[in-house]
Amino acid sequence: MDVVISGLLLGGAYALVAMGLNLQYGVARIMNLANGEILILGGLAAFWAFVSFGLSPLLTLVIVAPLAFIGSWAMYRLLLRPLVRRAKSRGQLEVDSILATFGISFFLVGVMVSLRAEYFTYSFLATPVHMLGTTVAANRLVAALIAAAIGGALYVWLNRSRPGMAVRAVAVSPEAAGLVGIDVDRISAFAFALGGAVTALGGCLISTFVTLDASSGVIFTMKALIIVIMGGVGDIRGAIIAALILGLVETAVATIIDPGLTLVAAYAIFLAVLLFRPQGLFGQGNA
Amino acid sequence: MPDILRGGTILLALLAVAALPFLVDGYWLSIAVTIMMYTALATSWALFSGPTHYIALSTGAFYGIGGYLVATGMSDFGTSIWTMMAIAPFLAALLAGAIGIATLRLSGVYFVIFTLGLAEMIRNLVSWVQNNFLGSKGLYVLTELEERHIYWMLLAVTLAVFLFGWRLGRSRMGFALRILGNDEEVARHVGIDTARTKVLLFMTTGFFAALVGAIVAPRYYYIEPNVVFSPELSFLVVIMALLGGTRRLYGPLLGVIPFTLLWEVVSASFPSATTMVLGLAFLLIVYLIPDGVTGLIEKLGKRSAP
Amino acid sequence: MNRRNFAIASAAVALSFAFAEAPQAQEPIKFGMVAHLSGPLAGGEAVTHLPNVQLWVEEVNGRGGLMVDGKRRPVEIVQYDDKTNPAEHIKAVQRLASQDEVDFMIAPYGTGFNIAAAPIYARYKYPLVAVTAITDEIHELTAKFPNMFFTLGSTSGFVEGVTNTLKTLQSKGVIGDKVAMVNVADAFGIELAGVAREKFKEAGFNIVYDKSYPLGTPDLSPVMKGAKAAAPDAFVAWSYPPDSFALTEQAIIEDLDVKAFYTAVATAFPAYGGKFGNAIEGNLGAGGVNPNTDAMKAYRKRHQDVTGKAPDYWASATYYSALQVLEQAIEGVGKVDREAVTQHIKTNAFETVIGTIRFDKHNNSERYWSVGQWRGGQFVAVADTGMGDSVAPVAKKGWK
Repeated sequence: MDVVISGLLLGGAYALVAMGLNLQYGVARIMNLANGEILILGGLAAFWAFVSFGLSPLLTLVIVAPLAFIGSWAMYRLLLRPLVRRAKSRGQLEVDSILATFGISFFLVGVMVSLRAEYFTYSFLATPVHMLGTTVAANRLVAALIAAAIGGALYVWLNRSRPGMAVRAVAVSPEAAGLVGIDVDRISAFAFALGGAVTALGGCLISTFVTLDASSGVIFTMKALIIVIMGGVGDIRGAIIAALILGLVETAVATIIDPGLTLVAAYAIFLAVLLFRPQGLFGQGNA
Repeated sequence: MPDILRGGTILLALLAVAALPFLVDGYWLSIAVTIMMYTALATSWALFSGPTHYIALSTGAFYGIGGYLVATGMSDFGTSIWTMMAIAPFLAALLAGAIGIATLRLSGVYFVIFTLGLAEMIRNLVSWVQNNFLGSKGLYVLTELEERHIYWMLLAVTLAVFLFGWRLGRSRMGFALRILGNDEEVARHVGIDTARTKVLLFMTTGFFAALVGAIVAPRYYYIEPNVVFSPELSFLVVIMALLGGTRRLYGPLLGVIPFTLLWEVVSASFPSATTMVLGLAFLLIVYLIPDGVTGLIEKLGKRSAP
Repeated sequence: MNRRNFAIASAAVALSFAFAEAPQAQEPIKFGMVAHLSGPLAGGEAVTHLPNVQLWVEEVNGRGGLMVDGKRRPVEIVQYDDKTNPAEHIKAVQRLASQDEVDFMIAPYGTGFNIAAAPIYARYKYPLVAVTAITDEIHELTAKFPNMFFTLGSTSGFVEGVTNTLKTLQSKGVIGDKVAMVNVADAFGIELAGVAREKFKEAGFNIVYDKSYPLGTPDLSPVMKGAKAAAPDAFVAWSYPPDSFALTEQAIIEDLDVKAFYTAVATAFPAYGGKFGNAIEGNLGAGGVNPNTDAMKAYRKRHQDVTGKAPDYWASATYYSALQVLEQAIEGVGKVDREAVTQHIKTNAFETVIGTIRFDKHNNSERYWSVGQWRGGQFVAVADTGMGDSVAPVAKKGWK
């Protein structure tokens, strides 16, 4: 039971890391290597608000999410749309977005280093909660619950609402979506911005239980890439399920076998999934 | 140009490059080592990724295997550096072969992230093995090798990569590759064993990356598994190769040189904001040089032609 | 970029920054420094090294600079960022030596970087007074690089401090013989855990839990749960800053009931005390200082006044002391002569904020604190080598 609960909580945290990138890559077709830096920015904001004004990270995220939305929207409009327009093929856009977002990630690291070079660490809800015969940290529990809420809301919105349907249409085929009168450009920008908001919000929550610093974004970017690809590009269910699988596997291996093999096991699962399902768990054919 | 003249020019240029350690001071030599190292890595990377369009993020893993094997061989088993340098590339090539066979079904971004995940897995696995079975003391690579020796060895590797690429371009396999690069379906129809070709090239990439990692290890003296298995290196190699252009053998070289020099100018001119300015420089490169340096040269060439 | 542009750009190299207004009358003495401004070690660098450099420059220049050739010359720092990348580090050190031609260099952060830079320091005869470098190869390294000095102890000395602390607690009947030990699976943690396995056993301890965890593990709760299940009397973690924080937090959540709780790097950071408040009373960790000497008190106050933050309770003071060694050796020689300064460091004693520093025939200073304990908001040394002023460790009383 220990393993299941802790694993699900960790999976929830991973879902926070990956859902944003899933929207950005699945819909807007931008493999955003600066995703982790957006997450760290969210964490930095939460840290700063907490130590300077004693503001709860749960309040900070209400402020951070819209700011990250606007910031990501501007980033897409100003920096990435020219590349989308220019690209002659999907492959060309992939290459260009790798290069450009790598540059953006460097830039953001530089900005954050100048803001705060030391670790962002503070204590928020670092209290034990006893549930179902095990002990978990309240801050992890809160993060996982919010992750579940966001994941659920996104899923319902994408599958039950008209704008959500338009987003899914663009994810499946931008060309076809354009033909049926969907403003692909606007939807892409929106999805990218929404992805940024979710990521930054995740950063706020994760900073309550992981010690971050300006340079640690790359760890989250890699994790997010792995989860998105494992789940299958463009499918929110896939990202969430992949995140939960990773959380459970990591916790199980750490508890039962050896904590030293935690990440080895996580990557091994990822590789195994791809070997048996080259499109990821929920991917459709040619992505 | 007559062949003999051309051959002579190349030979002279080579001699000049080989004589570099006698001509410049330590600083320029350390830049030359960096350029030589990335040229070998990026060119061998492009030999595989250019024609196949597979972006492999596994350079860091093979490079790390080279560096780590040298370090553990010398520190934990008392082997000589030369033995380890000889073994490492073959082990890496074998591993690359296995990966190549396993990943043939993957396409596009799935392959990209697969290689990234694989590199991370290898890095963690090596750390774990080091932790539990080998290392009660650190990994020291204490040798008498100096910067210039490392430079010459890297030069030899770079030459080998170029010779290999040049021979490949003129071989049946090179012809097959060009077809494969244009259209894999067509290649298969005309009877090219695309799978074998791809795996063999991937093995070459792994071989050279491990060799470079092994040669460079004495430069660091002290090897930390988490440092030699660097994902950043994998990304940088890709970026330099793409910047130069992967369609020509000399393309990556044209990416590595300006990139390294730009990096140097930025870190020297903006010591307290290096990362930020480098980020801006990357962005500018993407917007201003969309087809890489070779693309730029070709475009300029066309424009100036009558 | 063409050749000419590049030449111009490299001529404009080195936007060096002196921290204080220096009197411009004399040409400054240039000190080179390659820092990790970003990357994995940037957080530690920002706590332990950079503020001390700032403090030192301000103080030296405040009195007009270093006394050389009968006049005072201000000091100036030429600094580059290596992004915690050893290849970049080597290149930047080369640049300092052969392009900027700095007069002296100050040591980098981290064992690997000190060792990787050592050959270049040796080639250009720069004295290298290393601080944040802990290794058992001190004798081999200083034989190879005779201008390299060590100040923070060896891996074995470091582990001995922990062993002795546990031994003391055991003899007082505070703890039994069961130790749970974990380590980060990186060079630093692997090396320390390897040595500790032997030393703990020699001292009669029984290691009931012995696991590593990978660098960057996001959730250490399974590790803490596993350690707790082994019912240890003492918990020892050879950890890096992010995991020192995370392990402590998990210990609070799991209410790990041990009378000795040790985490390595970052336990001495003011942020550690700031984050956990009273919960960490009695926690053990790497480092510690004697906060009661006049020199240390004055240093801590000046550090706070000048940089706006408190120094850590471990390598901060030692790093500042290493700068003092360099400063006194240069003034002792009275000339900008690197070889003479190196010789001076080998043969003299130096009064610093951590007391007298003197190097043995292996260029090693056998005077350092190795284990500290949080007591009433201060991190006080409870084990040392050659210092003789650490206090006896006490039992940790719960997490409250």
